[in-house]
Amino acid sequence: MDTSIKDHAALAEQFNANEPRVNWHDETLWWVRQKRDKMAWSIPEWEELREAASRIKHNVLGNLHDYLLEFERNAQQNGATVHWAADAEEHNRIVLGLLQEQNVKRMVKSKSMLTEECHLNHYLADHGIEVIDTDLGERIVQLAKEPPSHIVLPCIHKKKEEIGDLFHEHLGTPAGNADPQFLTAAARAHLRSEFIQSRVAITGVNFAVAETGEMVVCTNEGNADMGAHLADVHIACMGIEKIIPQRRHLGVFLRLLARSATGQPITTYSSHFRTPKPGQQLHIILVDNGRSRQLGREDFRNSLKCIRCGACMNTCPVYRRSGGHSYHNAIAGPIGAILAPNLDMKQYADLPFASTLCGSCSNVCPVKIDIHQQLYKWRQVVTQEGQASGAKAAGMKMMTSVLSRPGLYKFAGKTARWVLRLAPGVANNRFNPWSKQRELPAAPKTSFADWYKENRKQ
Amino acid sequence: MNSRDRILQAVKANQPDVATLPDLQAFISPAPASLETFRKVAAGMGSHILEIKDESEIPALLKQYYSDANIQQVVATDPSLYDIAAPLNWQTGDGRQLQDADLAIVRAQVGVAENGALWLTEAELQVRVLPFISQHLAVVLDQSAIVPTMHHAYERIGGPQTGFGVFIAGPSKTADIEQSLVLGAHGAKSLTIFIKG
Ligand code: SF4
Repeated sequence: MDTSIKDHAALAEQFNANEPRVNWHDETLWWVRQKRDKMAWSIPEWEELREAASRIKHNVLGNLHDYLLEFERNAQQNGATVHWAADAEEHNRIVLGLLQEQNVKRMVKSKSMLTEECHLNHYLADHGIEVIDTDLGERIVQLAKEPPSHIVLPCIHKKKEEIGDLFHEHLGTPAGNADPQFLTAAARAHLRSEFIQSRVAITGVNFAVAETGEMVVCTNEGNADMGAHLADVHIACMGIEKIIPQRRHLGVFLRLLARSATGQPITTYSSHFRTPKPGQQLHIILVDNGRSRQLGREDFRNSLKCIRCGACMNTCPVYRRSGGHSYHNAIAGPIGAILAPNLDMKQYADLPFASTLCGSCSNVCPVKIDIHQQLYKWRQVVTQEGQASGAKAAGMKMMTSVLSRPGLYKFAGKTARWVLRLAPGVANNRFNPWSKQRELPAAPKTSFADWYKENRKQ
Repeated sequence: MNSRDRILQAVKANQPDVATLPDLQAFISPAPASLETFRKVAAGMGSHILEIKDESEIPALLKQYYSDANIQQVVATDPSLYDIAAPLNWQTGDGRQLQDADLAIVRAQVGVAENGALWLTEAELQVRVLPFISQHLAVVLDQSAIVPTMHHAYERIGGPQTGFGVFIAGPSKTADIEQSLVLGAHGAKSLTIFIKG
């Protein structure tokens, strides 16, 4: 099959071939979303926290140049070496150079979506260096030779029986054992020996504090700490947007992050790395890879506020039913769909269309990114640049002209309801990609606006 | 121009006008922390809570609680916390000297009621990897060191005093396999918190 036509819709169709699995995926993520809701509702000042987080990040975007310099200065004073990488290629080259200096052929890495974005593992493998991912979910997808399908829950698409089979093949666990407790214990033993042997550890960064030059890394498993504290060389890779101004701002973000991500009050470990331990080297790589360009796009710069909690994916009706791999990008879901077109508008032209624009993502986002509005704006940009596929471009033009004229919108709604009631097959056809895998519901006789007018009168 | 200068120049050219930082004072209510909340939330994170009046109660309580865990090597960062001495020179080395530690006993500076987290720093830990590499972890916390929220915690901690600090909330855990919660991913498999009244 020609891969050029494997856009989100085609990949989602593949994922939807197995309906029970899709339902399971959908329900599991919705359950995580509900845990998030319970946590959010238990904090009376939740909305104020979101507002504060969004404003702190706004301040960061406006002052990023100075904060980066402040962070660099403080990190250097703390004894770290700071590297700057303009793009993924340069980032990978810096990491390779550090590993070659240490003459290392195998090393551990904790979760870092940035290194996924840069395809670091493949690059190092091409240079004869094996990276062992140590987050359990990441190790699982790594053994399966797949990318993560979710930024927080990397193997959310995998059934335990498949994981049991993978562990049987790679770690020698008994065939047919798919007990999560047993498999986790097996992974613990396997990865402990990797931690003990590894002389270099790569970690991601959740927050980097300009004021102190320290970096905060959040995990539930403790893998970042096991790797970094045992290694002679700790390499921390971060996008330039991870900077926050002051230490006390961590209070706001650490209250929001895990609650939004998995519905926990905080991750098990929130580690604050400031200086290298005695005798250790600490390298920090600051990566741009399109971020400074996104900063200049007024409509899209807010996407740089993202703290990678994954809440927008868990809530997204499209993500839940299409799976992370259908986004063919390191970061899936609504946030991936607004970050990816900045990296490559042609390759990711389909992603802004992988949304119902229902706005649920924007409602849960802890830093209040206007995600669904950015999706809508990207559609226009992508269409203007001539990157949207034919059917979508036509749909977009129609939608824009309809939405911009309220009279026409009402008329179009009336017509559609009439068509749906009398001839549902007209909408359920191959020219309307939304009708794939679904029967459109019976159309109501009146529109909400008509209904409201009627009932107001009474 | 090198990458550093190029990135900084692009950022400067593209960044929007600076907005003011929000005032966080409103989040720091003067209401005292609730011990009850801390107990409940910490237990929800998988911690095992014991209240004590005196630190001399610790060894017996630990022996009882971990009676089935085959505890051989115990590392108390303050020797007064346990009745068996830690291995000689446990502080010396790159951390791997602690790979057989079964139980670590350390002091925490702060406890946070809203999430059950404990603040530990390199000053108490002496070896950074200790609370992670040890199979089990016990932490001693003064009841007076419990604060309501993370905002209060950072107020109290202030700037960094050491090279490393960590909030730990419960034992190491994962739910990566079909969202079933399993304790003991890579770090300590259990966390016992002694709250000293
Ligand atoms: S966009 Fe918002 S909700 Fe989505 S991952 Fe980022 S911070 Fe979380």
